[in-house]
Amino acid sequence: MKKLLTLTAASAFALSANVAFSEGSITVVSWGGAYTKSQVEAYHKPWSATTGNQVVSEDYSGGLAEVKTQVESGSVTWDIVDVELSDAIRGCDEGLFEEIDLDSLPPSADGVAAADDFIPGSLHDCAVGNIVWSTLYAYDQTKFASAPTTMADFFDVEKFPGKRGMRKSPKAMLEMALMGDGVPANEVYELMNTEEGIDRAFAKLDTIKDHVVWWEAGAQPPQLLADGEVSMTIVWNGRIFNAIAAEGQPFGLVWDGQIYDLDLFAVTKGSPNKELAMDFIRFATGTQPLADQASWINYGPVRKSSIPLIGTFHSDDSIKMIEHMPTTPDAMKNALQNDFEFWADNQDELNERFNAWLAG
Amino acid sequence: MSDIITPLVAADGTPLKRKLAQSLMRSRARAFGLALPLLAFILVLFVFPITTFLTQAFYDARFATLMPETTKALADWDATSEPTEEMAAILVADLIVARKDKTIGKVATRVNRELSGTRSLFTKTARSAKKMEAPYMEALIKKDKDWGDIEVWQAMKTASRVYTPAYLAAAVDLKMLADGSIVRQDENRRIHVILFWRTLEISFLVTLFCFMLGYPVAYMLSTLPARTSNLLLILVLLPFWTSLLVRTTAWIAMLQAQGVLNDLFVVFGLATDDDRFSLIYNKTGTLIAMTHILLPFMILPLYSVMKTIPPSYVRAAKSMGATNWTAFWRVYFPQSVPGIGAGALLVFILAIGYYITPALVGGQDGQMISNFIDFHMRKSLNWNLAAAMGLVMLVFVLFMFWIYDRIVGIDNMKLG
Repeated sequence: MKKLLTLTAASAFALSANVAFSEGSITVVSWGGAYTKSQVEAYHKPWSATTGNQVVSEDYSGGLAEVKTQVESGSVTWDIVDVELSDAIRGCDEGLFEEIDLDSLPPSADGVAAADDFIPGSLHDCAVGNIVWSTLYAYDQTKFASAPTTMADFFDVEKFPGKRGMRKSPKAMLEMALMGDGVPANEVYELMNTEEGIDRAFAKLDTIKDHVVWWEAGAQPPQLLADGEVSMTIVWNGRIFNAIAAEGQPFGLVWDGQIYDLDLFAVTKGSPNKELAMDFIRFATGTQPLADQASWINYGPVRKSSIPLIGTFHSDDSIKMIEHMPTTPDAMKNALQNDFEFWADNQDELNERFNAWLAG
Repeated sequence: MSDIITPLVAADGTPLKRKLAQSLMRSRARAFGLALPLLAFILVLFVFPITTFLTQAFYDARFATLMPETTKALADWDATSEPTEEMAAILVADLIVARKDKTIGKVATRVNRELSGTRSLFTKTARSAKKMEAPYMEALIKKDKDWGDIEVWQAMKTASRVYTPAYLAAAVDLKMLADGSIVRQDENRRIHVILFWRTLEISFLVTLFCFMLGYPVAYMLSTLPARTSNLLLILVLLPFWTSLLVRTTAWIAMLQAQGVLNDLFVVFGLATDDDRFSLIYNKTGTLIAMTHILLPFMILPLYSVMKTIPPSYVRAAKSMGATNWTAFWRVYFPQSVPGIGAGALLVFILAIGYYITPALVGGQDGQMISNFIDFHMRKSLNWNLAAAMGLVMLVFVLFMFWIYDRIVGIDNMKLG
């Protein structure tokens, strides 16, 4: 009995020590790889240095399943999650995220209020944007004499032979199929709201179905391209930049028909470190940290005031990061913003149809 | 005096019979006590969560709890006549509450599962519901003309059922209508039945390949002298000590178009450089990788059963004039059947729930039902449908098990 008591006392002590430790510590969950690295360098380290609080970094692969489990079971261990826009909205609607006081976000260095400094659509009830990322296509420069320049070229296997890498998901692929079929970016979603539009997208995908290698994880497409498995692939711009800048791969990018989207920070409902988490978000989405992050990865900062501060690649001064951002005027010429509402409405149906199409 | 039989008693005076029963009881209780941690473990971490989760396949109280008045109104509605003004008023009242409680997202998601495109209809309408005035039906239609579409109301009626066959129907490509009748899903959305059949086909083929490759190996292992066979057995077990992911990725390096195998084909002139074989990211790749990964599960039970078959039987058969084939087929093979049964069942059941390998190398036609369950667990968050698919699969595996029992006999199975 005495032994048991000692044991209980010891574990109680260990527990309280644990609590004392976690008081100054938050867990920030993000997508891993070069992206998490950029956040650690630009947000976590400076925040820890100024406030003395610790940041524990964890990786996940997107989606709300873990958040939902934590909230519903009442044991929340993730304080902040870096989410896609569609998940931010859905999570907010379903009560998985805390509401954020947007007025408490700091203004830019030259005094522009946060609401005006953030690009439109990047501030939400439960989430604050941090970066703009993009889905586009990349090609192997050694495979073609003349470089492809348009979305239509991706679907032209006569002129540009070789396998194509595509994401095994209807999201973005249907939009790209329509743009590849000559639909201008600003008419894509209008068309996709009609049955004919969807039929047309699938018909376009049909034309290259036999030439496609389907990928699921974001790390796959640069690898497929490097291995020579495909000559062109749909890819996320951060991943492919890393292969070009850090590994010196001969890959070219085509911005025509790019689809851009946001990543946002959200605080898990019932987070035990809510106040610290809010403080972290206010800090991380400030003008300077957002600009600093752009030295580590080519995702565009959501604050307008950060753009002029963007520097060069952290390990190579010759690479001007601004040229690799999805938000440059050149890259935005024929660009489409992902319509989260369309996908929230139609993803069940389109996903089933897409998979039935794949299997058929 | 002599007709009274005194029962045998123990030293403390209790009848021996009762004493014996007590001691048996004690030893049984002790045995049970020892098994108790495991039993509790299984109950808490296996039976309970799985059963709770599986109930989601036919239980969904979300709409009924969050839109209580609308649910009542819909229950009285026949699903074919025009929705009334009264229903509209009740709906608007519920929407205002759902908006205030931040539960509108859950309601919208639920209805959207029945009718694609209604999610934003609900969230948008709820945002302005507070400002709406009678007549409510007109106000709703003014907000969005879709409210005039009877399909939206029918979808709500379907969603308002607490115990619903809708998810189980969806798991087998059927669709439940508002009046409770069940019809087939639109043709271009039928995917689950294809996947169930494909899962079955792949599992069956993998089991067959494992048997064809594993049987000779197990036979050789069981006949070799112990020293050599132990060494070879380590080679069989080696893959067990390597991570599943590593093994799967190794197959990608081997089989891809620019991979080792295709390079060899080109060198030997079996393929041309720009027309290489597609060995991965399709069903072939899934079959090859899964067969390799599951092979030890076939070899080990076979080996342990074959080890117990006395070689003298085959020798006796031959001495009595049987040919090699007859001696094998009539004498040896029947004795190895329990091993085949165990191995085949093990491989088949493991294969049917396989997930990571098809996800990585399956490409477009090598995906299995588990990949879809994963999709609904992690991406679409439709846990009800995931549970329904899981339930269908569980029932199916139990059915296969029953068939197996009828054909081979479950007692006729040995793991060693």
